[in-house]
Amino acid sequence: MELKGKAHKFGNDVNTDYIISGRYKFKTLDMRELAKHLMEDLDPDFFARINKGDFIVAGKNFGCGSSREQAPLAIINADISAVIAKSFARIFYRNAINTGLPLIECDTDLIDPGDQLEVNLSQGLLYNKSKDLRIPVTPLPAVMLKILADGGLVEHFKKYGNFNFD
Amino acid sequence: MGKTIAEKILSDKSKQDAKAGDIVIADLDFVMGQDGTSPLAIRVFEEMKANRVFDPNRVAMVIDHSAPSPVEGVSALHKQMRDFAQKQKIHFYDIGDGVCHQLLPEKGHVLPGQLVIGADSHTCTYGAINVFSTGVGSTDLAAGMISGKLWFKVPETIRLVLNGKLAGGVFSKDLIIFLAGQITADGATYMAIEFAGEVIDALSVDARFTISNMAVELGAKCGLMEADQKTESWVKQHSIQSYQPVLADQDANYNYVKEYNLSDLEPQVALPHTVDNVTPISKVTGTKVDQGVIGTCTNGRLEDLRIAAEILKGKKIAANTRLIVAPSSRATFIAAMREGLIEALVEAGAAVVTPGCGPCVGTHNGVPADGENVISTANRNFKGRMGNNKASIFLASPATVAVSMLYGSITDPREIIG
Ligand code: SF4
Repeated sequence: MELKGKAHKFGNDVNTDYIISGRYKFKTLDMRELAKHLMEDLDPDFFARINKGDFIVAGKNFGCGSSREQAPLAIINADISAVIAKSFARIFYRNAINTGLPLIECDTDLIDPGDQLEVNLSQGLLYNKSKDLRIPVTPLPAVMLKILADGGLVEHFKKYGNFNFD
Repeated sequence: MGKTIAEKILSDKSKQDAKAGDIVIADLDFVMGQDGTSPLAIRVFEEMKANRVFDPNRVAMVIDHSAPSPVEGVSALHKQMRDFAQKQKIHFYDIGDGVCHQLLPEKGHVLPGQLVIGADSHTCTYGAINVFSTGVGSTDLAAGMISGKLWFKVPETIRLVLNGKLAGGVFSKDLIIFLAGQITADGATYMAIEFAGEVIDALSVDARFTISNMAVELGAKCGLMEADQKTESWVKQHSIQSYQPVLADQDANYNYVKEYNLSDLEPQVALPHTVDNVTPISKVTGTKVDQGVIGTCTNGRLEDLRIAAEILKGKKIAANTRLIVAPSSRATFIAAMREGLIEALVEAGAAVVTPGCGPCVGTHNGVPADGENVISTANRNFKGRMGNNKASIFLASPATVAVSMLYGSITDPREIIG
């Protein structure tokens, strides 16, 4: 999977309430609608500046807090192609892969806001085009790549009726 | 190189040689959902076009978070769960049966050496009886119910060796609150914790559950203990099935091993609004409290009610305070009635509510007012946790809560016991 887009940068410990505020979380299950409020408390006009395929880039412990699946779903529905961070909170990590949102762990100090990035998920390559810099990333395990390629665990199960990695 | 408990259980359940960092697809021994997470999982189950759960005998749903239902919307979700459970013939626990994390071990659904998921973050509780159990989201719950499998990243392990002897008036709750302060709320993220040492050996199984229950408050995926004689006899009282407990190898590879001597530990309190904001009780005695809570999946067990009843028997809680008691399960409730504990607590001024989560998540059963202080035996004190973000929650042991209710302010239980 090849992804291309611009970096939008955030700090450490971005919790699920920042990703999608509790004010909206329970109001609707319409994820397109929720997506409009993505990161609103950190950056009020963030949604308006997203071009399809852009990346959220953050520090450590991205997605800490509750286990609600609205958080990765809102990110996907805002047309973000992947989240790149130093580390992710555990349940967010699971929920992101399961809902079809690619995650990339690497040293995000090497990325500035606005940098153009290119990612090859299966090869575990991240190229910062603006800085002409290859950033080492831990490649995603085959199981996760497969779930992501299928579009998440729901689609994977629809297709195979079970886990299928052969 | 040897293996940790987590590596051994995940190797066994995935039928491969699994080491920390590996991703495995593993067979689940049991799958659980509660009323906050099951309704969405049922929807995902349907979206995944499934008809049947993999094995009705290995799936349970529990109505404990808002039990009985306080509002129409919740009643509708409860009904969905009842309908689903009936159709799928899975284990089902309705209002009054108890909190999920008490019921799974008590009903013999989870056994040493097993791999268990629950759509609730405190599923790590059963680590106390050597179960690799961990919290997941609703999509995972649905996938687990359908396939009996799930993917796992094999965690690294931190081994905490707890030596010494806890002083009188100091309990397993004080110990785990202390460790939350030491390790911090994200100190064990992605990792498993193994709890070992003289202090663990000396604790009852009830008291050990309190420790594993709060492993997630340190960020951990699970909080494991080895099975000993006490575990064996506890498990035998609750199940007739056979099982295979798992020991860590002597030469297992740990992220780190840390030893504590806890003989001098004093009672601990987690201050508002994070679990790792911890202080010895001496620094906060005298802080006024308006409401006390004894219960939850952390400290609503028979032993906890015994400690509280012993302190409160024949006395009255302070004027202008309330005490809410939520027994962890129907069985706990009945046993506590037979022993006269409920009578002692109610006479002292407690309000006993339905076995289950009680006021823990603020859906009902005792939402505090603005500016009030609550002292609770629960595991979380986040702002708004009990339904009002202008109230403050202090976490402590059942003994500390009971003694504090006598004075209407935070009081060291060693003034009465110890
Ligand atoms: S008692 Fe509290 S912490 Fe335990 S399962 Fe219920 S709501 Fe969660």
